[in-house]
Amino acid sequence: MSSRIKEIFSRVKTENRKALINYIVSGDPNIETTLDIMNAMVEEGVDIIELGVPFSDPMAEGVSIQKGHERALENGTSLRDTFKLVEKFRETNIETAIVFMGYMNTFESLGAQEFMIEADKVGLDGILIVDMPPEESSDFTKYAEERSIDIIRLIAPTTSSARSKIICSQASGYIYYISVKGITGAGNLDAEDVKINVKELKQHTNLPIAIGFGIKDSASASSVKEVADGIVVGSVFVDLIGEGGDILKKVKDKTKELSEALS
Amino acid sequence: MSEELMPDKNGRFGIYGGRYVAETLVPALEELSDQYELIKKDNKFIEEFRSDLAHYVGRPSPLYFAKRWTELLGGAKIYLKREDLNHTGAHKINNTVGQILLAKHMGKKRIIAETGAGQHGVATASVAARHGLECIVYMGEEDIKRQSLNVFRIKLLGAKVVGVSSGTSTLKDAMNEAMRDWVTNVDDTYYIIGSVAGPHPYPQIVRDFNAVVGEEVLEQSQIEIGKDPDVLVACVGGGSNAMGLFYPFIEKKNVRLVGVEAGGLGLSTGKHAAPLNDGKQGVLHGMRTYLMQDESGQVTETHSVSAGLDYPGVGPEHAWLKDIGRAEYVTADDEQALEAFKELTRVEGIMPALETAHGIAHVKELAPTMNKDQSIVVNVSGRGDKDINTVASIEGIEL
Ligand SMILES: Cc1ncc(COP(=O)(O)O)c(C=O)c1O
Repeated sequence: MSSRIKEIFSRVKTENRKALINYIVSGDPNIETTLDIMNAMVEEGVDIIELGVPFSDPMAEGVSIQKGHERALENGTSLRDTFKLVEKFRETNIETAIVFMGYMNTFESLGAQEFMIEADKVGLDGILIVDMPPEESSDFTKYAEERSIDIIRLIAPTTSSARSKIICSQASGYIYYISVKGITGAGNLDAEDVKINVKELKQHTNLPIAIGFGIKDSASASSVKEVADGIVVGSVFVDLIGEGGDILKKVKDKTKELSEALS
Repeated sequence: MSEELMPDKNGRFGIYGGRYVAETLVPALEELSDQYELIKKDNKFIEEFRSDLAHYVGRPSPLYFAKRWTELLGGAKIYLKREDLNHTGAHKINNTVGQILLAKHMGKKRIIAETGAGQHGVATASVAARHGLECIVYMGEEDIKRQSLNVFRIKLLGAKVVGVSSGTSTLKDAMNEAMRDWVTNVDDTYYIIGSVAGPHPYPQIVRDFNAVVGEEVLEQSQIEIGKDPDVLVACVGGGSNAMGLFYPFIEKKNVRLVGVEAGGLGLSTGKHAAPLNDGKQGVLHGMRTYLMQDESGQVTETHSVSAGLDYPGVGPEHAWLKDIGRAEYVTADDEQALEAFKELTRVEGIMPALETAHGIAHVKELAPTMNKDQSIVVNVSGRGDKDINTVASIEGIEL
């Protein structure tokens, strides 16, 4: 397992809080600003940053994050640019974990082996390929293991208990529990349902569990934090970035609100 | 592995196909596979499907000898498989008649579909109306403009058309949006995919429900031609009309299978929709297949005069048939398709869909190179009424 992700979750445990995991799209609105946004988030207490790798067809995303992908693609941000971004970020930061989240076709454009060599070189901690269920994991799993890069796996409200056992056995880093049936930015979070499902999930794994989809403020974060080891927040940040204005301040304020809610 | 057994239990045709979707949909696809495996052996279902094909769709569709066109081209005998005569005017109805029975069997209350040319939207709205089910059709804004006639038909049939303006505003984006709807409403919603594309088991289901086309041709050619045809030709968008025609002939190695992709402004211009001719292997819409994409894995914009072929991917079984050399894939460009559209209309009094016209265009090239005792069967996948606005505007005529 990536030592950084492991350390983060054990640290937040001793600090008696939950990990804050922020999602933004790499290159939205441009790659320089993404670096500034990452550093701004770090200042306000983010633990892990999920960097969306821009894709032309982000099938699991709601409108907010789709727009983020479109903005990033308009200025031509690629997977290679995103690796460079991490390299740059690592010049000043070795604590915050970075996970790439995206879609199979862009990850494969580099090939699994080259991807993992590059990931290792720049200091990437994990990958989450949305459209890569365990059945289709192929070479990524193999090369990730060789280099201690975590493969974060999704578990959904539709996943059966038998299936989640299998998924957990192949996951590393943390488990990403999708809190709603739907796409990112969905508004129908049912905290009671989430609690029941995550409690059951905990019987199958010792890995930390992060909860995401439909969490956008301190209230929604607080509503499910009791069962979680970490909370993932995405659409609201991508919306703030899309709005423009003083992006860094907006992102800082939101990160602060969330990290306080999780302490 | 024999093609008969394709796909394998993981939904693969060789390396193609599979199930590249977010976890939320995996259990729904597993359930769909299980239910489909059960129902396809169920006599009651088989009877109902056959009866609907006969009485609702109007099958079998004729195999028509195009005598004047054959004489004009001066080579192989040309036979037209008349899917244009089906209820709603295209082969697309075959699949929807089957899938709606599956949806009902699974207790689903809400039907969704994507559409490009609007033919699959019309076909889905029709069967949903007939079974009294709510129906939502996703369609790219670009296609809503060029297929306005079908948009109105879908609405008359009581379905809702949702315009999609993300990405390139065409078929691929409509499919993204339908997937997003499905993942959100997965409990009560059945997604009727309109081609042999998407995650397993869709490529198999849509192929099987369209295979009636090839099965009829198998029999009809013994009567009309007196032997197997030498070549089968069909246009390829996602590939359902081609797969339906080819599938029953796959083991008959003496029959050549030729799929015709949209050459758009010409293969060399890059502005086309021909992934099998000029694409690379990749993953989109839940399947591994040939894709139009750039070096960084972004799916690229396609171009075709025909909305139904304007798609950057292709069904995984075609990708497999290409790689093993069992089928050949060529292109016809916009101009050739328009010319073929006019020729068939004037010579045989049959106005094909612009999608179909790509297949017709290839026959124009192929037939003269063959002998008079040889024969070609081309799938007339749909009729051309829906394309009259497009053709008129290209000619500078306002209707
Ligand atoms: C008449 C007709 N033919 C062909 C197609 C292309 O689809 P497929 O390749 O799945 O047959 C369409 C799609 O809309 C169509 O309407």
